[in-house]
Amino acid sequence: MQKYRILPHTADAKFQAFGAALEEAFANAALATASLMWDWGEAKNRQSFPVSVQGIDLEQLLYRFLEEIPFLLNTKKFLLGSIKDLRIEKSDGIYRLEAVFWGDEFQDHYEVFGDVKAITYSEMKIEQCNDRWTIQVVVDM
Amino acid sequence: MELKRINDNTWEIPKHGEMKVPALIYASRKLLDAIRGDLTLEQAKNVACLPGIQRMSYVMPDAHQGYGFPIGGVAAFDLEEGIISPGGVGYDINCGVRLLRTDYMEKDVTARRKELLAEIFKEVPAGVGKGGVTKLSQSVLKEILVKGAGWAVENGYGTSNDLQMTEEQGRMKDADGTYVSHRALERGIPQLGTLGAGNHFLEIQKVDRIYDDDVAKVFGIDAEGQILVMIHCGSRGLGHQVASDYIQSMENAFGIKGLPDRELIHAPIKSSQGQQYYRSMSAAVNYAFANRQMIAHWVRDVFKKVLGSSQGMRQVYDVCHNVAKIEKHTVEGREKDLCIHRKGATRSFGPGRIEIPEAYRAVGQPVIIPGSMGTASYILLGTPEAEALSFSSTAHGAGRLMSRHEAIRRFRGEQIRDDLAKKGIELQSTSWKGIAEEAPAAYKDVDEVVRVSHEVGIGRLVARVVPVGVMKG
Repeated sequence: MQKYRILPHTADAKFQAFGAALEEAFANAALATASLMWDWGEAKNRQSFPVSVQGIDLEQLLYRFLEEIPFLLNTKKFLLGSIKDLRIEKSDGIYRLEAVFWGDEFQDHYEVFGDVKAITYSEMKIEQCNDRWTIQVVVDM
Repeated sequence: MELKRINDNTWEIPKHGEMKVPALIYASRKLLDAIRGDLTLEQAKNVACLPGIQRMSYVMPDAHQGYGFPIGGVAAFDLEEGIISPGGVGYDINCGVRLLRTDYMEKDVTARRKELLAEIFKEVPAGVGKGGVTKLSQSVLKEILVKGAGWAVENGYGTSNDLQMTEEQGRMKDADGTYVSHRALERGIPQLGTLGAGNHFLEIQKVDRIYDDDVAKVFGIDAEGQILVMIHCGSRGLGHQVASDYIQSMENAFGIKGLPDRELIHAPIKSSQGQQYYRSMSAAVNYAFANRQMIAHWVRDVFKKVLGSSQGMRQVYDVCHNVAKIEKHTVEGREKDLCIHRKGATRSFGPGRIEIPEAYRAVGQPVIIPGSMGTASYILLGTPEAEALSFSSTAHGAGRLMSRHEAIRRFRGEQIRDDLAKKGIELQSTSWKGIAEEAPAAYKDVDEVVRVSHEVGIGRLVARVVPVGVMKG
């Protein structure tokens, strides 16, 4: 299955990410976000950061999860390469996500060509249809 | 959407449905065609439905679709019944433009422009992976959030005259760093004094054409061929995080039911959420002022090193184009304080306003409109008419026409560099792909945008400038 695809958007960037399970679609949305800034396939798995976020609904959970990518880039110069052990749970009306980000610290041989300033709710969709999850996100660049 | 033509450059969405006021669009037919191609008008209509909105929901000539509010949207809210919205300011709080004049003419820099640009590229950190040169403690950062550009001047970056020539004198006085999250502070620490990436740039420019000699002289722009420096950047990750934090905390506090667009979340200005956002946003504004202050200082250092002197490199002005402010305006014949949201719009105060530098008070403020990379930029003059037409606001730039993805598919950074070189424009960047994303053809025609601003009377033409050297993040 295709992990994600980038869609046309005038000012910024829009993508759709796919997965057989919600968790897989979330992980692919993270790779799609990274792909707007660097080639995640190039980022060696040398460092890891645990990620733990919660949200009042799936949309806020996704927003906060994806925001970890520019946050770690700005604060740790971390380039995401892969996502491991992603789990989503719901209890007491709150969604919780745990995952581990693997990747590498920025060095000169990497090219960072874009800057995702923020994740947005604009045109955000999280849908399940025929055993396939589709996530759509627009990010501010 | 149904539009009523008022004149060649003015269009109205009449009040209907939930709208509390009409929406007014300043655009030529050509610009309107581009505006109609996305959700700009729908968003302007949504803004017109917000509580406490005054007069009109305005749309500037360079408008395009944004998040919640359109980019190029201007809206004013009553302080008692009105709201404040992070989506009305944008993620890049105090994205803005600083302009320095010089005593140099084109002939003085032509032979040295490669060297000048290379040195600036060394001194001013840019690009996504690069951190700032100063390692800040959290306590110093908090001081910067309160003092703004004043902190930079106290620490040897530039002069107090620069502060006089900055909107708000480089400091929003309501800023309070205690409401800025730990995450936002963490993002701000490594990025102070950096240009960033995306559409941000630093250009060495020459004056191409002067439309109004007298006003240009007041601004320190004396002749065609004169060299200027333009710096376009904002509050970096700190500002992005402040916006994001308050969008989420307002969601949690007020819920999202009934919102036509989740990015339109807002809080009553008087509420604690509203006040905390206003004070945090002001802190991010101050960070951006300090950021541009430091970058301007390094540029002067480079001019001194390469050309022998930075004397005469006075600051013309520094404007914000993503901000919410409390300003006095007249509504229905009565002057009152309002919360003006300018998202991708520049303040354009005319003569007499107390907020503008004394040196400009007889003529009006300089309005700085950056074009896209490698194309013309403009200096306009704030007008007295703008008060009634747009709460003293005009355009902020060219506005995108083509998606980044499409631009990368169509253009190559190296080709753009070669094309610009043929026009005598040097280019330095951290990423060729980043250059392709910002290809001049991906933007609207800035000449058309400022023509409309001039004709409508919300910002009058003073000078056109073109780049001789461009640095991109």
